Parts: sequence; structure tokens; C-alpha cells
Amino acid sequence: MNAANAMPPLLELRGISKRFSSRLDFAARLAARLGAGGRAQTVHAVDGVDLSISSGEVVGLAGESGCGKSTLGRIVARVLEPTEGERRWKGRAYAEYDAPASRSERLAVQMVFQDPFASLNPRMRIVDLIGEAPVVHGLVSPGERDDYVAEIMQRVGLDATLARRFPHQFSGGQRSRIGIARALAVKPRFLVCDEAVAALDVSIQAQVLNLFIRLREEFGLTYLFISHDLGVVRHLSDRVVIMYLGRVVESAGADEVFVRPNHPYTQALLAEIPRLEATKRTYIPIRGEIPSPLDPPRGCHFHPRCPHSTPRCQAEAPRLREIAPGHLSACHLNDSP
Amino acid sequence: MSGDPLLRVEGLRMHFFTKAGVVKAVDDVSFSVGRGEILGLVGESGSGKSMTGYSILGLIDPPGRIVDGRIDFDGIDLTRLDAAAWRAIRGNRIAMIFQDPMMTLNPVLRIDTQIIEAVQAHADVSRESAIARAREALVRVGIASPDERLRAYPHQFSGGMRQRVAIAIALVNGPDLIIADEPTTALDVTIQGQILFEMQKVCRESGTALIWITHDLSVIAGLADEVCVMYAGRFVESGTVADILDRPLHPYSRGLIDSVPSRNERGRPLRQIPGMTPSLLSLGPGCPFRERCTSASPRCVESPDVTEPSPGRRLRCFHPSA
Repeated sequence: MNAANAMPPLLELRGISKRFSSRLDFAARLAARLGAGGRAQTVHAVDGVDLSISSGEVVGLAGESGCGKSTLGRIVARVLEPTEGERRWKGRAYAEYDAPASRSERLAVQMVFQDPFASLNPRMRIVDLIGEAPVVHGLVSPGERDDYVAEIMQRVGLDATLARRFPHQFSGGQRSRIGIARALAVKPRFLVCDEAVAALDVSIQAQVLNLFIRLREEFGLTYLFISHDLGVVRHLSDRVVIMYLGRVVESAGADEVFVRPNHPYTQALLAEIPRLEATKRTYIPIRGEIPSPLDPPRGCHFHPRCPHSTPRCQAEAPRLREIAPGHLSACHLNDSP
Repeated sequence: MSGDPLLRVEGLRMHFFTKAGVVKAVDDVSFSVGRGEILGLVGESGSGKSMTGYSILGLIDPPGRIVDGRIDFDGIDLTRLDAAAWRAIRGNRIAMIFQDPMMTLNPVLRIDTQIIEAVQAHADVSRESAIARAREALVRVGIASPDERLRAYPHQFSGGMRQRVAIAIALVNGPDLIIADEPTTALDVTIQGQILFEMQKVCRESGTALIWITHDLSVIAGLADEVCVMYAGRFVESGTVADILDRPLHPYSRGLIDSVPSRNERGRPLRQIPGMTPSLLSLGPGCPFRERCTSASPRCVESPDVTEPSPGRRLRCFHPSA
């Protein structure tokens, strides 16, 4: 961590945890008071995650559903507040910023959502969807808004003459571009892309991925690219972070993860990716399903499904530690001689 | 492929007659599937792949109608069946698995009720033997503790488990043909791997033919024997998996394969197909792909015929890539 500390990372997460608790309703509270059990249930969505992202870097965050990757993305975008831990932006904790600075720095991190159908208000015209935020935040005057929106639409490959239309008049790929344009309109430095291409067809997905690659160069953007699709993650990312049940299990350079995966979960996940090359193969699945985050297994979260599990894995959670330069993994197997 | 194939679709056309005009959802599509064979039906949204599957099972509702073509299933022309004959075939000799298992399963009925219903609809058996068959079907799709699971409701299952139950219902009557419409799209990769494993095993063991409808070429790569590619309701090309993936002839299949991230150098722009899928409403004659095609010529305003460039391969294009 101390090496090459001349530039602080753009964004740093320290020990971030997020727990969601259900509130007991009246009947359950009554039952609890009468001693009939009934405890509030808590989901450990994110559990002690450390992550730092440098300016200009693309970090891919991958994992199965329920692993906490979207929750972590929302915490990074400051849509959610963490239960524990600290977020640092440009080397300072958010708490150290005064109110106006905090407000303007909030604009610097924007989010692109998965579902291009649900994330656009169907009653708003495109010009309002893209132009509302920059006007509210005083980036452009109301008079300049239409020209500004037209320019952004062109940057993301949309025909600017369509600005007066409504979202339902666009295809899925175009709506994705609208979602990206809306995020870019407030001149962010950092984009959190939560499954931004998952809903698209293969040929359209390639177009949108190319757009992300181009925008990164044009605007000098930093991405946290969240996806369950490891092929997409590998293509776009400099570094890949794999999560399982709220914890980071492995983190390394993109090629390193795919060529020398260390954690048994990463290895299993990579083995499962259907490949274009693997003509006629026999599928050998990993056992079981991702356990409920309401009641995660003790010790290493992966041990019930792990082929190498030992008694130690059931008792003690492995720490994420460096096994090679820049390659972190959380597995007890790395300790054995 | 020895003898007659189990299913032969010939020149199928299924059109929707809407107020805005005729939508040619399936327009001249032909393929065949043999017993124990797995056919991958590949296309993007709007390519007509699901509608082809629904046509085979007679699930087309007005304003849709099969206007032309034959669907020959083991000597029966499926386009000419009445409702009673359909009831004997659907869920019995031909079964379907849908994309969303939450929509397939009735949320207010227990799993055992739903499987027993499927068994007793086609076989005159006692409740006890129906339960025994239900139990056996759950075991075949890899569900642990089947007795306990039979008494559960769909909401008590995870997405992957629900899809296994849907597959178990499809399998319970020992069908000759299963049509699977993107059954793993909503699932995680590890669960998808498990489902593909079970399906592959079932087809190998029982000789059931399988049509796997998907937009994901990489799923097909490890699973299917033959592949049929569709675009905008039309047949594009077909052949063995190795032929299509390694030597695609049609510019569309080639573009589709090239745009998959793993076929591209990391971090570089992907080779993309320009433009987007045309609206089926305004589609005129000629090759529907010509506006996005790099090899298109003035000749492409006419519709190319299906040719057979090599045995077992069929193609509809004037300008195949070498």
C-alpha cells in the first residue's frame, strides 16, 4: 500500500460494510416481547471491503447475483451510505469536505444503470432527461440547455434531432446511450456502470462497449464496471475484482486473473464461462448454490461449495492478502507450505 | 443423421396481421432435428427464434397465424392438428421450457400438485405412481431431497431451482422433443453450468431431441450438434457447430461471432456490426441484413435463395465470406 504513494487513489474504500435489516412489524414485536422469538433479519450485503481505484483506471467488479456487487457500486456512487467503513475521494474522507464541496464532488461520480427501460422516466422527453441535472447544478444556463444536450447526444452516438422524443420511441441500445449521456451531462470523472450492457443483444452490446472505450479516452474517465459477464469484464478492465457473498475473494490485473486465477471460487467461475471455442464439451458444474446472505456460512463463505475445503476454512475467515505483486486473494490454501 | 429426422420444419412462415400492417415474424425458415440431437436456434431479439419455437408447439394466438410451410413431427403435420390432437402431444411428446420459471410455475400450487397434474393429463395412473414419477423427475434434474421439495411452493425455491423444476415437468412424460426458450438467460453462470450439464445428460441418456433457443452463441458452442442462425425472421445459415463458429459463411453470423469480447484483443474496440435490427413492419423484399452488411451489393435487393455450399450446410446469401 505504501509503494508509489505520490498520487492518492481517486477513490478509496476502507472496511466498507453494508447491512440491511428488516424492521419488525407490530405482530412480530408483540411476539418478541412475549418471548416467542421473532428477531429482525439482517442481510450482510457487503462485508468489510477495501478497494482503491486510481484515476483513469477501469476496475471490473464481477460475481454472481447476491454477491453484493451492485450494493458496493451504489455505495461508491453515494446512492447508499455504508453501515461501517470510510470512503475517501482524492485522498480525503467525504466527511472532511465542507457542504458545497461535498455537493460538487458528488457530481463527479455518476452511475449508469442496468435496465435502460426502468431507469428512464417514461414521461420525460430525452432533452429533459439529459438536460435537467446540468441546469439544476448550474453547469449550463437554461438557455444553453438544448445546445448542450445536442452536443452530448452526438458524443454518445445519438441523433440530436431526436431530443424531443420520449424513451419508448427508442430501442434498447439507444436507451443505453441515453442513460450514458445523462450520466455524462454533469461532467463526471468517475462512472459506476452497473450491468450497463447486460440487457443488450450481442451486436448492440459490442457497439455500447466500444462507446465506453471511446468515452474513456475522450473524457479521461475512470470506471467501476460491474458485470456478471466475465468476457465483458475482461475485455474492458485493467483490474478485476471478484466478489462472493459480500466479500472480495480475489483482485488482480485482468490478464492475471484469467490466466492464473488463485481463489477456488474464481477458478470455478472461469471454468463455467461458456466459451465460443469450447466446441462440444462436457459441463462439470460446481456444487450447490450461493448461500443466503441472511445466514452466511461461518469462516470462508465459499467453503460449503469448495472442493479444497478444510476444517480451518469452516472456522476462520481468510484475509485478503498479496500472493504476487498486485494479486490479492483470500484463501487459506495460500498459507500451506 | 440416419433415416428420417424426428422433426422437419419446411418453409415455415408465421405472420402477425396487425392494424399497422403484416409483421413477418417467421419468414421461410427450414431445419430438421434428429432423435437425441441438439439443435441451437440462434438469433438476436426480433429474429423470430422464439416464434419459431412457439409455432412448432402450436402456441400462436391471433393476430398471428402460420400462413405457409410444413412442420413434420414423426410423420404428423403439426400445422393441421385440431385442439384434441394437440392436447395429446403438448407436454407429452413435445415439451417446452420457458425463459422465466416464475411465470411457468403457478405460484399458489405446490410443486407436487403441478407435476402430478402434468403426469395425469397424459397417463391414466394413480396418484401414488404419479408422485413416484414426479420424484424421479426431480432426481434426474439434480434436486436433492426430492420428497421435501415436492411439498414446497415455487417462492421457496431459488431461480436456478425453479428452472430445474420447470425442466422436471418437461421431462416427466418422457417427451421425444424438448423446446427450450433461453432457459438459462436469467441465471448465474455457475447455475447455468449446472443446468446445461443436466440437459446434456438427459438428452444423451434418453435420446430426447432438443431445440435450444438462445441469443448466446457461447452457450451453443459447448452444447449443440447443429446450429441454425436467424435474422429478422429469416433463415440465415445452418450447419454443424464447428462449421458455423469457425467458418461462418454469412456476413451476419460472422459479425455476430466477431463481436463477442473473447474473440477480440483486450481493451481494443470490438469489431461491431453497424446499425440496428430493422423493424419487421417496414421490411421489404431482399436480404434484410443488407443495410448493415459490408459485403452488400445492388443485387441484395433481391432475396437470395437457400443454397447448399457443402453437404449438411445451408446458406442464404449472395456474397458468402470465403
